[in-house]
Amino acid sequence: MVGRPCGNAAVRAFASGPRPLGVPMPNTQAKRDPIMTIIILGLVLGGTYALLALGLTIQYGIARIMNLAYGEMTLVAAFVLVFVFRLTGLPPLVSILLVAPAAYGVGWLLYTVMMRPLVARAGTQGKLEVDSILATFGLLFVIQGLLLLVFGSDFTSVSFLEQGVEILGVSVAVNRLVALAICAAAGGGLAIVLARTRWGLVMRAAALTPASAPLVGIDVNRVARQAFALGTALAAVGGTSVAMYQTFSATDGVVFTMKALVIVIMGGVGNVAGALVAGFGLGLIETFVATVIDPGLTLAATFALFLAVLLWRPEGLFGRRA
Amino acid sequence: MIALAASIAALVALAAVPLFLTDYGLGLMIGMAGYVTLASAWALFSGQTRYISLATVAFYGIGAYTVAVLNETIAYPLVLACAGLVGAGLALVVGLSTLRLSGIYFVIFTFGLAELVRQLITWYEVNVTGTLGRYIFLDITAREIYWQLLALGTFTIGLTAWILRHRLGLALKVIGDDETVAAHAGIDLARTKLIAFTLSATIITLCGAISSPRWTYVEPIIVFNPNVSFLAVIMALLGGANRLWGPAAGAVPLFLLFEWLSVNFPDTYPIILGLMFIAVVFLLPDGVLGGLARLRQRGKAAA
Repeated sequence: MVGRPCGNAAVRAFASGPRPLGVPMPNTQAKRDPIMTIIILGLVLGGTYALLALGLTIQYGIARIMNLAYGEMTLVAAFVLVFVFRLTGLPPLVSILLVAPAAYGVGWLLYTVMMRPLVARAGTQGKLEVDSILATFGLLFVIQGLLLLVFGSDFTSVSFLEQGVEILGVSVAVNRLVALAICAAAGGGLAIVLARTRWGLVMRAAALTPASAPLVGIDVNRVARQAFALGTALAAVGGTSVAMYQTFSATDGVVFTMKALVIVIMGGVGNVAGALVAGFGLGLIETFVATVIDPGLTLAATFALFLAVLLWRPEGLFGRRA
Repeated sequence: MIALAASIAALVALAAVPLFLTDYGLGLMIGMAGYVTLASAWALFSGQTRYISLATVAFYGIGAYTVAVLNETIAYPLVLACAGLVGAGLALVVGLSTLRLSGIYFVIFTFGLAELVRQLITWYEVNVTGTLGRYIFLDITAREIYWQLLALGTFTIGLTAWILRHRLGLALKVIGDDETVAAHAGIDLARTKLIAFTLSATIITLCGAISSPRWTYVEPIIVFNPNVSFLAVIMALLGGANRLWGPAAGAVPLFLLFEWLSVNFPDTYPIILGLMFIAVVFLLPDGVLGGLARLRQRGKAAA
């Protein structure tokens, strides 16, 4: 089945209703080397996934909030990018510089208004988990409802830097490379900052032992708020990179959240390097499934991967066994 | 004894209601009976253990789809039995792979499950059978659907009452309070959770199967509507998810409100419901019935 004509896959994806994420666009698919195509397109998709998972793992690992509305936050950024681009013609790359700090502010506010009272009320981690799951599940419907109200339920995309360039014999659209570069810069930069700076040390300390972090003068509440806001900013940057090269609709949020969650579990909760590696892994696997088997089965591939991890290494591929 | 007699009298009255109603009224009663069943079945597992299942519509939709696939080939009771078996089978797969681990894996798995099943069925219908959408031609009247749902709802609440008084219910409660304590008390955690989750999921699947003839035409995007999962959870939470009558007490007013909102605010009702959901989580962590019980206790303490 390798090397099925690309047009066919795209038509079938279209025919099967809502187009699954991660379907390579026909114009970017090479005719010559299917394996190289899968690797390169998979890495681009994986970059976005890695970035999304990074934000989620920071929110869950450090702020201890399981955020089921994460994918909706991604979508808000994607819609804002498209909206601003259509309205003012502002280049997407400039928009990202505006969207990221705005998302940080929104995340900061959300944590202060919505999550902090839940943290204060919950006695145990288990209680907080249940409360945050329920609260963000409600938030998911609020954001989704707003998106549907403002932008409608149609698929949206922008045409931005669509011309292709040749890389290792594979023609790739420039917008995908830009998206990959953004993800690499944001994700890689953050990974280094977390590993090397004092601020990163404080973050990791709060993630590792929230109970004893205050003993060494760490304000856990402040760290959690920063982490939640940072996670929201990463979700937004991931969303803008999605908007650059994929079509998306207001109801795609669940799928984004699901994929980010599975990557986080695969990488090990709170494990930045693990999330990055697992994100690229999922991107590759999904592109493989979409090209070789069927684009309608990408979510199934995610779930299959999730099941395998649950049965084989529930502590994550890179986690230590308890 | 009085409570039992009152329940039976209420049940007889509810069963007689459709004889006096218009079609619209009967439609409302069917919806209400369906959601009382869904919310109660959801709470049977999630309310007691605090393992939040977000997959209500995955099972509900599978029930409806099983009927759509089988309704012209085998007899109706057999169709229902098949639906129940498919639902129970899926619940076992989900339960066996996640319930041995920490609760978060279960939540994540159920969160994406409805979307997964929807995409798989869509893929199968488009690629293998070549059609999308099926018809349900069953010789079942609206009244019969109502009576079946009433029976299923009664069974669910009765089963919950029975479970809560027996070992299984006590074990579920301890698991909900503190899983470590439960393990030390000698409770087989995985088995207890698996039994309750499978029971709950099977009832939800049957509820979808019974309700499905109301649709006539069935398509994945119709039967796997995420609003169903959302409503089942908020209804149970509003009434009080760990109480016998909590889910029913939440389902009746919320269903009526949902009907009213979807007619009068068709574009904004998801937002209103989402905000209500958040409000319930913040203001009524134990549900209305839990809040009332606390007020009563406070009143007693003051007196």
